[in-house]
Amino acid sequence: MMTSTFVQPALVLIAGGLLLPLIRGALRSAWLLVIPLIAAYLVAIVPDGTAVTTSFLGQQLTIVKGDNLSRLFAMVFAIATFAGALFALNQRRTSELSAAFVYAGSAIGACFAGDLISLFVFWEAMAIASTIVLWSNGPNARGAGLRYAALHFLGGTILMAGIAGEFAATGSLAFDRMDASTTPRCLILSGFLINAAATPLSAWLPDAYPEASWSGMVFLSAFTTKTAVYVMIRGFPGTEILIWIGLAMVFYGIVYAILENDMRRILAYSIVNQVGFMVVGVGIGTEMALNGASAHAFTHIIYKALLLMSAGSVLYMTGMRKCTDLGGLFRTMPVTTTCGIIGALSISSFPLTSGFVSKSLVIEGAAQEHMKIVWLLLQAASAGVFLHAGIKFPWFVFFQKDSGLRPSEPPWNMRAAMILCSALCIGLGVMPQLLYAQLPFKVDYAPYTTSHIIGQLQLLLFSGLAFFLMLDLLKRTMTITLDVDWLWRRLGWNVLSWFDTMVGRWWAITTRKVSAASLTALARIQQYHGQGGMFGRTWPTGTMAFWMTVMLGAFLILAYI
Amino acid sequence: MQEPDFRGDNHWLTRPATIKLLWRISSIALVLLVLTDLAVEKHAHFGIDELPGFSAWFGFAACVVLVLTSKAIGVLLKRPDTYYDD
Repeated sequence: MMTSTFVQPALVLIAGGLLLPLIRGALRSAWLLVIPLIAAYLVAIVPDGTAVTTSFLGQQLTIVKGDNLSRLFAMVFAIATFAGALFALNQRRTSELSAAFVYAGSAIGACFAGDLISLFVFWEAMAIASTIVLWSNGPNARGAGLRYAALHFLGGTILMAGIAGEFAATGSLAFDRMDASTTPRCLILSGFLINAAATPLSAWLPDAYPEASWSGMVFLSAFTTKTAVYVMIRGFPGTEILIWIGLAMVFYGIVYAILENDMRRILAYSIVNQVGFMVVGVGIGTEMALNGASAHAFTHIIYKALLLMSAGSVLYMTGMRKCTDLGGLFRTMPVTTTCGIIGALSISSFPLTSGFVSKSLVIEGAAQEHMKIVWLLLQAASAGVFLHAGIKFPWFVFFQKDSGLRPSEPPWNMRAAMILCSALCIGLGVMPQLLYAQLPFKVDYAPYTTSHIIGQLQLLLFSGLAFFLMLDLLKRTMTITLDVDWLWRRLGWNVLSWFDTMVGRWWAITTRKVSAASLTALARIQQYHGQGGMFGRTWPTGTMAFWMTVMLGAFLILAYI
Repeated sequence: MQEPDFRGDNHWLTRPATIKLLWRISSIALVLLVLTDLAVEKHAHFGIDELPGFSAWFGFAACVVLVLTSKAIGVLLKRPDTYYDD
């Protein structure tokens, strides 16, 4: 069943996570750092083609099937796990880290799954493990975790329905390129899109992720949405509707992030925004655009982890999340501020950062296909990214006003994790060939041309000008913005309460009527059968004997007639 | 008990003179950038991106539109952040 030297990288992380609660002291830190490195090594040596198969219920399952695309995603998942674990060394809730490793391992397993059943198993394991990561943050995360789990299990059910339909129709469970032409395949795509936080069901992400702990959100940001991008690249490249869904996600993320006050919710909305760029790339579906979607997922995982680490450091040191409470932290947190800015520049695709070399591929993909409207919207969105994440996040958290807070820098390991991610962001930005060589298709593109650099700098710096000129309009308020989750958090609740009241009222009326009716009936029974009632009386024996004789006589006569 | 910490008050970055200087430097940088754009040969894909300083005014306009749209949406959909608490 297995080739002799080959170990499924997912199992190392999953086993490492499950064994974590047994390991204490200094060994725990070593374990947390070494396990992801072993997984990364195992990912790197996964060969091309099918490596591990097994049979299950009479079906041949392909548990590990490698190629550039799956290795690329699995590798960045391993890197994110390592960086996240380094950042989280002083997280005392072992349940969170244990679940995070199982979560990461399942994501890697999903990347190598060669058939739909293996994919589904890892898919659901991710949903369970990520819910535990959320719940590890204590009672405040309970409601959000429940809503998160409910939506993901709904997504899983839709996916399973699609897989069953696909099997019934084609007799094949292979996970390969599909088109969204049949109902089962549309269901599979819908299941994928729910995990990608696609519009209109994006609300689960900003609802749930920010309720995780300071370290938990770093893990959560990396895996679920990007696994969804991976399966769409593999399964549904060139599905046109994805272009429009992706664009909707891009602008949804910007608008909601502009209105948001909580720093980690700003970053959550910007995950939806960035995944939108990837989904557009999948929808365009050319080699350039698919390379773009893959590369952007890779760089995004790292700079988003970096941004969430800097936000997590602020939360860890101050206990505060809202822009209205924060500001001026650059004075005492220079490392956190600098790393946060590097993450912010990367997400904005600033030249010399990783975002520049990856997002350009998606936008170039649109240009090559002469999709003028898509291209213009992507450019406008790039300006909007700088506005909502690139400047807004660092400005309101680290500068803005003097909040009076003077937190010191976070512990060494948290700084080290941020510096590592910053180095990766700049390293990939300066040496894009390192990334381009790993992409699924051959890259024939040079990001650093004079006109591209000048164009991008103009786009970003004039967005910056717009930000500071409109600063009054962007002032933070103590508000949230309603989203579709209002449907189940408020409307659903209200309908339920209304129903509850109505049922209560109906019950009251009914019980009143029933008891009145039964009282009347009882009174009647009492009247006839009670003491002194017609049938309740004691009759003399003589009368009884007389009537018996009459009846027997009548019977006798009737018998002879 | 932590001692009050006055580090960073009147930090050089927060002085009005510095902020004025930053605005000046940034303005010069923006002007230079647009001037360079006029000099550089472009690899335009569509007609519109050949226009002078396209990225500059397009980026600026996009941000203005996005902020105003957000504000308009905010009027309808913003609620106090305790909305779901009760």
